[in-house]
Amino acid sequence: MSELRDLYQELILDHGRRPRNSGKLDSPTHHADGYNPLCGDRIALYLEMDEGRVKSVSFEGTGCAISQASASLMTEGIKGKTVAEVLSLFRKLTATVTGRDDDAANEGDVELGKLAVFEGVSQYPMRVKCATLAWHTLRNALEGKDVEVAVTE
Amino acid sequence: MTATVQSAAATAGHPGASGVDHGPLDTAALRAQFPILSQSVHGKPLVYLDNAATTQKPLAVLDAVDGYYRRDNANVHRGVHTLSERATAAFEGARSEVARFVGARDSSEIVFTRGATEALNLVAMSFGAMVLREGDEVLLTEMEHHSNIVPWQMACARSGAKLRVAPIDDRGELDLDAFEKLLGPRTRIVAVTHVSNALGTVNPVARIVALAHAAGAKVVIDGAQALPHAAVDVAALDCDFYAFSGHKVYAPMGVGALYAKRELLDAMPPWQGGGDMILSVTFEKTLYNVAPYKFEAGTPDVGGAVGLGAALRWLSEIGIERVAAYERELLDYAEKALLDVPGLGLVGTAADKAGVHSFMLDGIHPHDVGTILDHHGVAIRTGHHCAQPVMQHFGIAATARASFAVYNNRDDIDRLVAGLLAVQEVFA
Ligand SMILES: Cc1ncc(COP(=O)(O)O)c(C=O)c1O
Repeated sequence: MSELRDLYQELILDHGRRPRNSGKLDSPTHHADGYNPLCGDRIALYLEMDEGRVKSVSFEGTGCAISQASASLMTEGIKGKTVAEVLSLFRKLTATVTGRDDDAANEGDVELGKLAVFEGVSQYPMRVKCATLAWHTLRNALEGKDVEVAVTE
Repeated sequence: MTATVQSAAATAGHPGASGVDHGPLDTAALRAQFPILSQSVHGKPLVYLDNAATTQKPLAVLDAVDGYYRRDNANVHRGVHTLSERATAAFEGARSEVARFVGARDSSEIVFTRGATEALNLVAMSFGAMVLREGDEVLLTEMEHHSNIVPWQMACARSGAKLRVAPIDDRGELDLDAFEKLLGPRTRIVAVTHVSNALGTVNPVARIVALAHAAGAKVVIDGAQALPHAAVDVAALDCDFYAFSGHKVYAPMGVGALYAKRELLDAMPPWQGGGDMILSVTFEKTLYNVAPYKFEAGTPDVGGAVGLGAALRWLSEIGIERVAAYERELLDYAEKALLDVPGLGLVGTAADKAGVHSFMLDGIHPHDVGTILDHHGVAIRTGHHCAQPVMQHFGIAATARASFAVYNNRDDIDRLVAGLLAVQEVFA
């Protein structure tokens, strides 16, 4: 069962159970909705940007433990970061969970930090979308795209 | 299944009813006929409980398909050489087997398709175009699979007809009173599932057919989840169309069939053009072939059809009534076992169910349930089961679903329950 614990690590279970930064922001500057039609997972993401940095971020969502934990840990991980930093984190995270070992995965100065807890997802191809939905929605919000279905491909 | 359907089938002399052996099933011997089941997944013997998605295939089917490609393969209906004759005989023999199994009067009432989806699309395209006019109505139920919703939405968009939906109650049963009220003078087509793939509900199709016919509507039954689990007799039912998929009744993927009353098939226009569906072609005028060939343009999946014939023969030899009785008992056992799991709630508690238990575990998302069960070697389905309106009715996005076939046994259910307890441990 050790493999299963690679996926369902304590940190993930904890954030899945008690997502941080959940709810709506009072004055978001950016917003996007994400929907994974395969699982029915939904997320609404709110960002308040200030001078090019993430000042606050929150989300509302329903879904599995992986998707909720991913959104929760994402909100913690991007606070205070610039758009460029957030986007390189996006690339690093999505490369990591899809098990890619390319330039993005090895992008020099980006540290996954707590987000490294999602490395185990790469062993579960069917669950990759659960881990990336929040991130694709985040990118859409930053790019001003409020599309109904965030494409996680 | 409903008593009315069963007794009608029995009096119509369904093959299973006169089967030689009426004793209990030797399920161990049955299971041994499915090579795929004797493997391990994540180091545990596989427990396959995703039969509503697709069933596994017995040796009888694997051998029939293999034998067809090793000995008889040729194109059908178009050669005078020996192999073509054999392939044609095998293909048409499979058609007769399907006709016999569903109780059609004649094998010309059976159109081979890719599956239930294509069969339903055929009816919506061809029969829909023939009868639907602006202001007409198509009546569905809230528990339909997307494949019995979307083709009708498309047919309505083309014709200006309107879609009406009969609601279900919180047990997942069709609200028959509401259904009756929705049946009106403009209802041309009633399309209902025989058994719900998301809830397991068995619909009272005989009653639905009688009501619909009294209102002057034709009835399309989606039998994808019914045929594997009970005797079906389309002539006794008097339905106008009956659609199903081979791969859900132990046959290969890629083949299925539509039963339709002969007079309807004769009147309906073709929906795809090509070889085999014509008698003669000139650039000025093409003469269409007769039914069922009129609806089978192009080279069909002959190997698949041969496998389907073999699967239905295999089921008939076991006796579909015995299969139904065994599965009924297994479903009851599973219900009790599941309800003993703390925090488990069934979604779909109809009085009459077949093949399926959908459920939720308190505080744990179905996808997490599915991944962890897989680690214990137990395969179930999680998600919306292509029945999003059902999910919307219950205010959920997904369920976990265990679905059963004749090779499942009580051990499988015990393994499922042990797996669910392990899921709860992970999340404790
Ligand atoms: C009730 C029902 N109808 C139709 C279908 C569609 O079957 P297929 O995908 O084999 O065409 C399914 C399969 O999931 C089903 O469960």
